Amino acid sequence: MRGEFKEIVAFAPPASTTGAIGWLRQNLLSSPFNVLMTIFSAYLILKLVPPVLDWAVFSADFIGKDQSACTSGGACWVFIGARLDLFIYGFYPFDQYWRVNWMFALLAFTFVPQFFDAFPYKKLFGLIALIVVPVVAYVLLLGGSFGLQPVDTNKWGGLMLTLVLAYVGIVAALPIGVILALGRQSKMPVIRTICICFIELWRGVPLISVLFMASVMLPLFLPEGMNFNKLLRALIGIVMFQSAYMAEVVRGGLQAIPRGQSEAASALGLSYWKSMGLVVLPQALKLVIPGIVNTFIALFKDTTLVLIIGLLDILASVQSAIVDPAWRQVSTEGYVFAAFSFWVFCFGISRYSQALERKLHTGHKR
Amino acid sequence: MSDTATNPASNNGLAVEIKEMHKWYGDFHVLKDINLAVEQGERIVICGPSGSGKSTMIRCINRLEEHQQGQILVQGIELTDDVKKIDEIRREVGMCFQHFNLFPHLTVLENCTLAPIWVRKTPKALAEENAMKYLERVKIPEQAAKFPGQLSGGQQQRVAIARSLCMNPKIMLFDEPTSALDPEMIKEVLDVMVELAEDGMTMLCVTHEMGFAKRVANRVIFMDAGQIVEENEPNEFFNNPQNDRTKLFLSQILAH
Repeated sequence: MRGEFKEIVAFAPPASTTGAIGWLRQNLLSSPFNVLMTIFSAYLILKLVPPVLDWAVFSADFIGKDQSACTSGGACWVFIGARLDLFIYGFYPFDQYWRVNWMFALLAFTFVPQFFDAFPYKKLFGLIALIVVPVVAYVLLLGGSFGLQPVDTNKWGGLMLTLVLAYVGIVAALPIGVILALGRQSKMPVIRTICICFIELWRGVPLISVLFMASVMLPLFLPEGMNFNKLLRALIGIVMFQSAYMAEVVRGGLQAIPRGQSEAASALGLSYWKSMGLVVLPQALKLVIPGIVNTFIALFKDTTLVLIIGLLDILASVQSAIVDPAWRQVSTEGYVFAAFSFWVFCFGISRYSQALERKLHTGHKR
Repeated sequence: MSDTATNPASNNGLAVEIKEMHKWYGDFHVLKDINLAVEQGERIVICGPSGSGKSTMIRCINRLEEHQQGQILVQGIELTDDVKKIDEIRREVGMCFQHFNLFPHLTVLENCTLAPIWVRKTPKALAEENAMKYLERVKIPEQAAKFPGQLSGGQQQRVAIARSLCMNPKIMLFDEPTSALDPEMIKEVLDVMVELAEDGMTMLCVTHEMGFAKRVANRVIFMDAGQIVEENEPNEFFNNPQNDRTKLFLSQILAH
């Protein structure tokens, strides 16, 4: 038997469990090991961050035109500024830079909206980015039509070349990979065998040897006088190589979808392609977004390998600039710049995929 | 009988006709000499111990499984390797599965409109209107905008029934529709199926719900080891089983 009920008015929790102090106790000081890790991390931060900041920002030189402006002992960002044209456009003719700028603008214009959920024409812009932009960029960059001065691909370089390689690789590798993955699961032995052979062949050789073969060996086997563009050969090599990887990623997704899904689709009268396109693939691809993005990021960074066949991507153009005798000791700045450029794009891809995963998560698997 | 063999199109008005059908999984003989004729509007319940081939048999009717010998005619069309005919038959035959097999990436409404829009080429607005009609019929119109994973098992199975009905099938196949459900949800699904039966739908139903069989079936078929062992109208089947295996099976499932 209890006494008379007396309502307790809600009051605040103990001060030590909320606010900044509570957070500190819970997250940084919850156990002896945690305290140790906190002290260790604090030590590392104090030891590493100030010198890096000092080098990169406080004692760095930003303004100037040449080596003489770099006097204060920190990073010589003047070098990056002075050679930025090379890093971005390669040897593309100066008076034609606007064409490259248009390509950058087009890419930004179609891709940036993809990051915003509220934007109403996302699908349309996505389709434009995947289908129209490559065609426009091809006409724009190569020239020779619509009164545009032709620019040979051996003049292409820097960030622009990196983006061309990565973009074509990404846009082509995914659909080819999906087709290969479906083919590998086909009931028809001929199709299945062809797909397995293709995948295992390309996946079994290093990308460097693919590029070497594309640039050095392939011309030996082609008939005399027949010679197609080095960039195109490198592109085909990259696309074949990456689509084999993509196929295996997609296959993983296909295998995770229960057979009942395609059975239900068949029972409703959907044909094989409709059942794949409307029921199985949307689920399978959603499931392997992390794997697909992983492959995209690997592809983006693998484009640097084209430097061994003499194409001057952003890394190669940085490398060619840092050996310039007019500049002293700028290799760190150059490599930091190249690494940062790659990081920006790869981080962007990664963030986008995370947003996509959250959006497509209907959350309730059977 | 001989008339239909020479001229399948006439078909005597049968909904499903299976003649001397055999099926093997590799070397394993799963279905042996199956003969079955289903009239339009007839409700057939198929029961039997697990592994007896009941699911395999009804899955042959819409070619989710292939038979290797004999004939299957559905609405007068013979099932062969001809993909066009298979598609034609699948449009006329709806199916509900033990595990519902709803499409988890689509909403309930989209589940119901997918096939009408992409197979029957129904305009979207009309397909949605039609889908709502069937969702009302299975008593869950308020769930139309939800995803399947947000529904209970019984609700999911009712959506699966509505999804099949949206294609206006002439025949419905049920493959153990209540076996994966909690007891309190079985009734809501059976109620929908009883209503469907009362509206005159041709139904072939693999189930162990003997109450349902007694209530709506015209015929009960007992299968064991890949064969049809006994076939009778429900009263006779339950009260006066002929075959020993049927008696044993019934004693086991009706024991408690």
